Amino acid sequence: MTATKLNLKRPKGKRSTILTVALLAVTAYFLLPLVWLIIASTKSSADLFSTFGFWFSGDFAFFDNLQQTLTYDNGVFLRWMGNTILYAVAAAGGGALLAALAGYGFAKYRFKGNRAMFMGVLGAVMVPTTALAIPTYLLFSEIGLADTPWAIILPSLVNPFGLFLMRVYAEQAVPDSLLEAARIDGASEARIFFQVTLRLLAPGFATVLLFALVHTWNNYFLPLIMLNDPELYPITVGLARWQGQAAAAGGASGDLVSLVVTGSMLSIIPLVIAFLYLQRYWQSGLVAGAVKQ
Amino acid sequence: MTTTSNAAQAKPVTGRRRPLAGYLFVAPFMLVFAAMFVVPLLYAAYFSLFREQLVGGTIFVGFENYARAFGDAELWSGVARVGMFFLLQVPLMLVAALVFALVLDTGLARLSRVARLGIFVPYAVPGVIATLMWGFLYGPDFGPFAQIADMFGTAAPDFLGPNLMLGSLANIVFWEFTGYNMVILFAALRAVPTELYEAASVDGAGQWRTAWSIKIPSLRPALMVCLIFSIIGAFQLFNEPNLMASLAPTVIDSAYTPNLYAYNLAFVGQEYNYAAAVSFVLGLVILTGSYAFMFVTNRRSRS
Repeated sequence: MTATKLNLKRPKGKRSTILTVALLAVTAYFLLPLVWLIIASTKSSADLFSTFGFWFSGDFAFFDNLQQTLTYDNGVFLRWMGNTILYAVAAAGGGALLAALAGYGFAKYRFKGNRAMFMGVLGAVMVPTTALAIPTYLLFSEIGLADTPWAIILPSLVNPFGLFLMRVYAEQAVPDSLLEAARIDGASEARIFFQVTLRLLAPGFATVLLFALVHTWNNYFLPLIMLNDPELYPITVGLARWQGQAAAAGGASGDLVSLVVTGSMLSIIPLVIAFLYLQRYWQSGLVAGAVKQ
Repeated sequence: MTTTSNAAQAKPVTGRRRPLAGYLFVAPFMLVFAAMFVVPLLYAAYFSLFREQLVGGTIFVGFENYARAFGDAELWSGVARVGMFFLLQVPLMLVAALVFALVLDTGLARLSRVARLGIFVPYAVPGVIATLMWGFLYGPDFGPFAQIADMFGTAAPDFLGPNLMLGSLANIVFWEFTGYNMVILFAALRAVPTELYEAASVDGAGQWRTAWSIKIPSLRPALMVCLIFSIIGAFQLFNEPNLMASLAPTVIDSAYTPNLYAYNLAFVGQEYNYAAAVSFVLGLVILTGSYAFMFVTNRRSRS
């Protein structure tokens, strides 16, 4: 487990002011669009077009925008948010569990086809998203699963990167001697997994969970293809739809633009918080993955 | 990548010979993988061999769709465009990510924790929202760049015009993924054994020398992973141009990138059979590109 802890004891030289300034300038570039988004969400739609983008305007219209975003079209925004949470949690939770089980199986058991199956799954990342999404859509249409939540959740359960990380992680974090001891005590293989292994895998599991969460939360292509019913849209497709309507209506739809801005801001808050809050876990999980790339 | 194959051979162990339990652990994943990956791909391979006709229904045409794809100028101009996008965007992104990771790892800058999180935060922003935001920022009417240029009495460059569009898209992808690559490289640097640095400093190596002779070589496997994912990502470019199309419909046509082309063939033109063939040809391009890169870099490292 020592390798998985963040190595904080590094020889530290003299701090450099030039490097600090350069690094902060770089950071500013990465934060600039988000700053713009936060500022824009406080403006009325008239001010959005007429005042300078990187500074606040006189009117503080954030709560108006918030109220409009949440109630527009019978509160469809909240519905989209709920859908996104449902899809992301189901797909990421299920996918991480599948990856943990299989990663542990591939790392700690010897059986025929172990390596071939593992490499087969890893090779799958090369397949273009359209090559997979077109036949999946056609098959799901045949069996009536297209335009249902399952059309988003089921394909998102497959997580090759998660499998890779869990396998690497299980190799280092689960000592064979511990498994042997548990077996001598008469524990079944399933019990060993759920009572011993899963706890040891926790940081790796959190990493896979978080990255899978982001992947499903941010997914646009799959729901765009699979879903027709706006009630089932996740936030990404919903906001893109509003944006499309705003662009199609030209200047006549100023209000819709502030809805897109405010909705965008609201929808990134949960993930940013999750990443900041869980950073200790995912960073140590990534270090562990990096040891054995 | 070399250690992966070593790890796969696994040390000889006693008591791990419980093949049945092993199969049961990997079974749920492999079943979902088979249903959601293998079956659809086989199905697509099958129906890419057919053609739908207005008269006479669906007929078997063998590799005719593939022959058409290989001679399809629209597809190859899209491939050339994402190839250019790759050459423009990926080296810049990976070099930036590498430099940021090395700077953060030295601990020579103040506030490096803030910088690390700030650079990484865009990864948590959905690509759709990143594109919407940058679309507003690029905008010629009320985008801040246009406003600043206006203050100085000039016009901002036309970020959404035909000349700059590819660069504007590259900037969005750079913004989204530099932090992600940086975090992977930073994690790999943290995993370098400290003894190596101690040995280097005993030998009198400075920061530059340590970075060049110890850190960058030990990042090779992580860089390879980042590179392969970037090749795949670049050639599959879809979300950003798909959304930009509503802001610049004349610049981004239905075949702007190969994935956009396959999508429009399938879901606008209802040409599922041909779209499947097109997406397989794109898969072949990605596979060839990735292997070519691995081959070239492996040979260079040996010589």
